[in-house]
Amino acid sequence: MYEKDGEKYFVVDGHVHFWDASPENWIEGQEQYAKGWIECFYGYHQLGPEEYYWPMEKYQKYSEETMIKDLFEDGYVDRAIFLPTYLKSWYREGFNTIEQDAVLAEKYPDKFVLNGRFDPRDGEEGLRQLERDHERYGIKGVKLYTAEWHNGSKGWSLKDPEAMRYLEKCEELGITNIHAHKGPTIWPLNKDAFDVRDIDEAATSFPNLNFIVEHVGLPRIEDFCFMATQEPNVYAGLSVVLGGLMHSRPRFFAKVMGELLFWVGEDKMIWASDYAIWHPKWQVEMFVDWEYPEGHEYDDFPRLSTEGKKKILGLNAARLYDIEVPPELRLPEAEEDAQSVEPTVS
Amino acid sequence: MTGRAEVLDALSGVRDPELDEPITDLDFISELEVEGGSAFVRLRLPTYFCAPNFAYLMVADAKEALLSVPGIESASVVLDDHYASGEINVGVNEGLGFDNAFPEETESPDLEELRTVFRRKSFVARQEQLCRELLAQDYTPEDLARMSLGDVPTSDLRRKYLERRSELGLEVSGTAPLLVDPDGRRVPEEAVVQHLRFARTVRVSIEGNAELCRGLLATRYGVPFREESTA
Repeated sequence: MYEKDGEKYFVVDGHVHFWDASPENWIEGQEQYAKGWIECFYGYHQLGPEEYYWPMEKYQKYSEETMIKDLFEDGYVDRAIFLPTYLKSWYREGFNTIEQDAVLAEKYPDKFVLNGRFDPRDGEEGLRQLERDHERYGIKGVKLYTAEWHNGSKGWSLKDPEAMRYLEKCEELGITNIHAHKGPTIWPLNKDAFDVRDIDEAATSFPNLNFIVEHVGLPRIEDFCFMATQEPNVYAGLSVVLGGLMHSRPRFFAKVMGELLFWVGEDKMIWASDYAIWHPKWQVEMFVDWEYPEGHEYDDFPRLSTEGKKKILGLNAARLYDIEVPPELRLPEAEEDAQSVEPTVS
Repeated sequence: MTGRAEVLDALSGVRDPELDEPITDLDFISELEVEGGSAFVRLRLPTYFCAPNFAYLMVADAKEALLSVPGIESASVVLDDHYASGEINVGVNEGLGFDNAFPEETESPDLEELRTVFRRKSFVARQEQLCRELLAQDYTPEDLARMSLGDVPTSDLRRKYLERRSELGLEVSGTAPLLVDPDGRRVPEEAVVQHLRFARTVRVSIEGNAELCRGLLATRYGVPFREESTA
């Protein structure tokens, strides 16, 4: 919980990692990729304020104590959502798997939300695994990487018939939050991995599932915006947007936020620190203080009120994950009708 | 003898297809050597995993730009610190083409289609920039709908817009309408405001992404992160 000027904010961090990118975990012959990957993350890390930089050694592998302190003691986070990133072709035990995350999630059940993953190219066995993960961990969401390579395939689409079977399975099991990574990526050769059109189709076919587009389709935010504005069950995952731009490029951050507020709206935007890429503390503090910079170029963007910030920082994600929000941290009208969603596009 | 200035000038015509900015402005050139009739360029990118398709296009375009300079007879371009540096450098310098540089890894024939996608986006963004300038000069949206290219006062943004417009094969004569979509269809008067609203999002997306990339390059190579523009 964060408090400023008499206002209290319930904070849900929509995307955190507990990764191991230490050299001991690199697969022989794949070291350059394993090293390149974490160095790439480290570049993003340095777009945040300097006082939060970590040395590379700590960045490669951080302890449970560090994570708990950063998120829940210093970073104002009430609940953090784990989204796994496997990368098992480079990292022996994976970069950040559900098993790794589960160690913390089971130890601190009131702090974390654990999510799984699927890849429709895993066929029947993948469906069984999804069932097992659901049974064992009670997952309510999955992280998907449509651009990931797998056995000679160069990615997949949510429109694929195999993917539809997985989405049907998710619906059946009550795994309602589908987090699709559509953002800075590794493997799009000439395959168009940033394309968000498959989300459009899946969101229409599965109105009972929520589709959270992580990193808002960067580098093609516009395609994401034009799609999300038409789909009531598509959400903007703001990791990278806040972490990568708010401190380093405040004017561009304001424009990107303005566009997202215009097309997607404050009811469908979900903040995430992307920890440990960035520390949540400065993001929460800076975002609560945030307003458009001076200048007429921002005049016709929608304004963001304290109420809107509360939704983005936690209440929207709490709704998707049925996280109970203490009464004093709810919005006044939300107590009467939690389901009411205002139209967001003028 | 051919000098560095001419070579740099040629390289300034090479753009990052996604960011729509010259590689010289993006600080992607880390080394340039010109000696007699041969030129050598070293390129660097914001991350180890920058999309290889765009990387390939920039390396190939840089080589072509070098060879377009009168007096340059041989040219080589090397991309550093990228997970696909090996394939890209061999592919470009041996003239293999993207598909042959990555055998069994690509799915559609070469990169021209991708390049076109981004040329269209850049066309939209540049048109919006020009229109924004005109609106600030007290033209109305109705004026814009009625104007021909010949009615638009000369400016840097007008030149940039026409450059991309002609690359897409669209008409650029003085009598052609100012506002057309990327397929060359005239934007009707009642649709102008909405058309420009969409176009602005395209522009903000390209610019925001370019800023992110500049930031990553600056942190990666310890080069100064230039001041944020206020425009």
